[in-house]
Amino acid sequence: MNRLLAWRKFVNAFMLTLTGLCALLSVSVLLIVLAYLGWNGWQYLTWTFLTHLPAPVGETGGGMANAIVGSGKLLLIAAVTGIPTGLLGGIYLAEFGGKTFAFLVRYTADLLNGVPSIVMGIFAYTVVVLPMRHFSALAGGLALGVMLIPIVLRSTEDFLRAVPNPLREGALALGASKWKAIATVVVPASIRAIATGALLGLARVAGETAPLLFTSFNNQFWSKGLNQPTASLPVMIYEYAISPYTDWHRQAWAAGFILLMLVLIANIGARLILSRKGPALRG
Amino acid sequence: MATTSAPDETPIPSRYRTPKRGLSSFLQRLRSGDEIAHLITLAFAASIVLITLLLVYQLWTHSVLPRQRFGWRFLVTSTWDPVFENFGALPFIFGTLVTSVVSLLLALPLGVGAAIFLAELAPPRISHALAFVVELLAAVPSVILGLLGIFLLVPFLRTEVQPFLKAAFGFLPFFQGQMYGIGMLAASVILTIMIIPFIISISREVLLAVPVDQREAALALGATRWEATWKVVVPYAKTGIYGSIFLALARALGETMAVTMVIGNDPRISASLFAPGYTIAAVIANEFTEATGNLYLQSLIELGLVLFLVTIIINALARVLIVVTTRQGTAHP
Repeated sequence: MNRLLAWRKFVNAFMLTLTGLCALLSVSVLLIVLAYLGWNGWQYLTWTFLTHLPAPVGETGGGMANAIVGSGKLLLIAAVTGIPTGLLGGIYLAEFGGKTFAFLVRYTADLLNGVPSIVMGIFAYTVVVLPMRHFSALAGGLALGVMLIPIVLRSTEDFLRAVPNPLREGALALGASKWKAIATVVVPASIRAIATGALLGLARVAGETAPLLFTSFNNQFWSKGLNQPTASLPVMIYEYAISPYTDWHRQAWAAGFILLMLVLIANIGARLILSRKGPALRG
Repeated sequence: MATTSAPDETPIPSRYRTPKRGLSSFLQRLRSGDEIAHLITLAFAASIVLITLLLVYQLWTHSVLPRQRFGWRFLVTSTWDPVFENFGALPFIFGTLVTSVVSLLLALPLGVGAAIFLAELAPPRISHALAFVVELLAAVPSVILGLLGIFLLVPFLRTEVQPFLKAAFGFLPFFQGQMYGIGMLAASVILTIMIIPFIISISREVLLAVPVDQREAALALGATRWEATWKVVVPYAKTGIYGSIFLALARALGETMAVTMVIGNDPRISASLFAPGYTIAAVIANEFTEATGNLYLQSLIELGLVLFLVTIIINALARVLIVVTTRQGTAHP
């Protein structure tokens, strides 16, 4: 009897320790990624890298200024197309939605969220690149925008649902119509959280490479307007990393460092904003 | 002009929840702007369904040629010859399945173990902090993991892990052949890193949703902490954990960049995990811009369609499983 108990206690301690080790191992992966990328990226990050165009093959030096601007451009298009769609759709789900159709929209959004990003690239290719017959920032931005919609939609809906009902009732009791109540009371009450959700979505699509490979493609020079092939940080990292040149590898590290910092800062900032108690529910 | 101030004259708060029927009330609501707002938001909500339908339509109509030419043979033959325009997707399907399954086998015990630790053992503060670190890991772009894969993981596999595996388990067909570093094993390890956050955060959520009574009852009957967790809590949360596994599987099947960078991109079918391979997503990424000729391009798009359908089905299953367990809307990965 006692031996059985001792055995059970041993199994207990052993397995619990093991789960702790699992957690430690999983978490340490992030630390390794951060440390290694930080070490390599910081070393090769120079002012030239931020302000110059890529050097021609064979020459050292040069930078990725065009890719940094290009990424900004793509994200801008994604934000302009994806955020309003997601926001208004989210308002519908939280404030107007019935049962069946709202469920359909919600489920579709979740499925769209799970579509592999490379398939989104094919989609944007067939919708924009094929009719226009050339790669463009527009195509890449739209691919990212479509990926952004379900993320913004679902987070907006969740945050709107968290707004307490008395706020709505108060607005209506004061004689506001429903849309006025939504526009002036309900949405402002959760606007910070909604904006944070959108920021998180942008941070997520900012790192996407696969949908850009054959939509915005790449460019060694500045691209004018939205109608030309455009360089972006993720695609540059990919092409430089698989290239045979040591100098390009260094640039890939520096670009990776910048990209990861942007993504992490957005995520940590969002977490800080959201974790503040009672997010601006004063109306 | 008086109508613009109509909201002030219609104090009927109850209609907020119960819209009236009939033409007159429709016009009234139209005048006060409610119906317009309703229709506008409805249109945007509907657009997401339309986009998804358009996505399916585009993928389908742009992959007609290979379907006519090869039919189902496309999925089961293994020649991929752009020059003679003969396309069979089997090596890519094989590579996708093998890397996904191996990564699941690696990630499952690790992820569920970590989730058990975070949900059952760790004090709430530590659990929260670690869960946040896991979320950050999920936010790392895949191209960056690929970068680390090329320069950190692949050399490590080549010089340390693969010789060890070969010495210890070399009699198995999975660990034979040349040790390049790049290959199916490297891709599987990268995928493991990418899907572990999904398994941990969703499993942790469903474990936390298990009522405390269940644990207390088990402990009161004399179970140890581990027995209460393993024999009571985990079975209770089983369905949700399956859901997280399916979500992770869908992610692994569709993952592109990191895999493309370390798998070696060689369309062959080999039992050894050391051998280079190819996945569906990787071949699309690599060959799409070089695809000359409609049949070639459309074959790649058909691969995309296959990937889309498989991930959609798995995702749909996963969502259902997670909803069944947590019973509060679909979970966020």
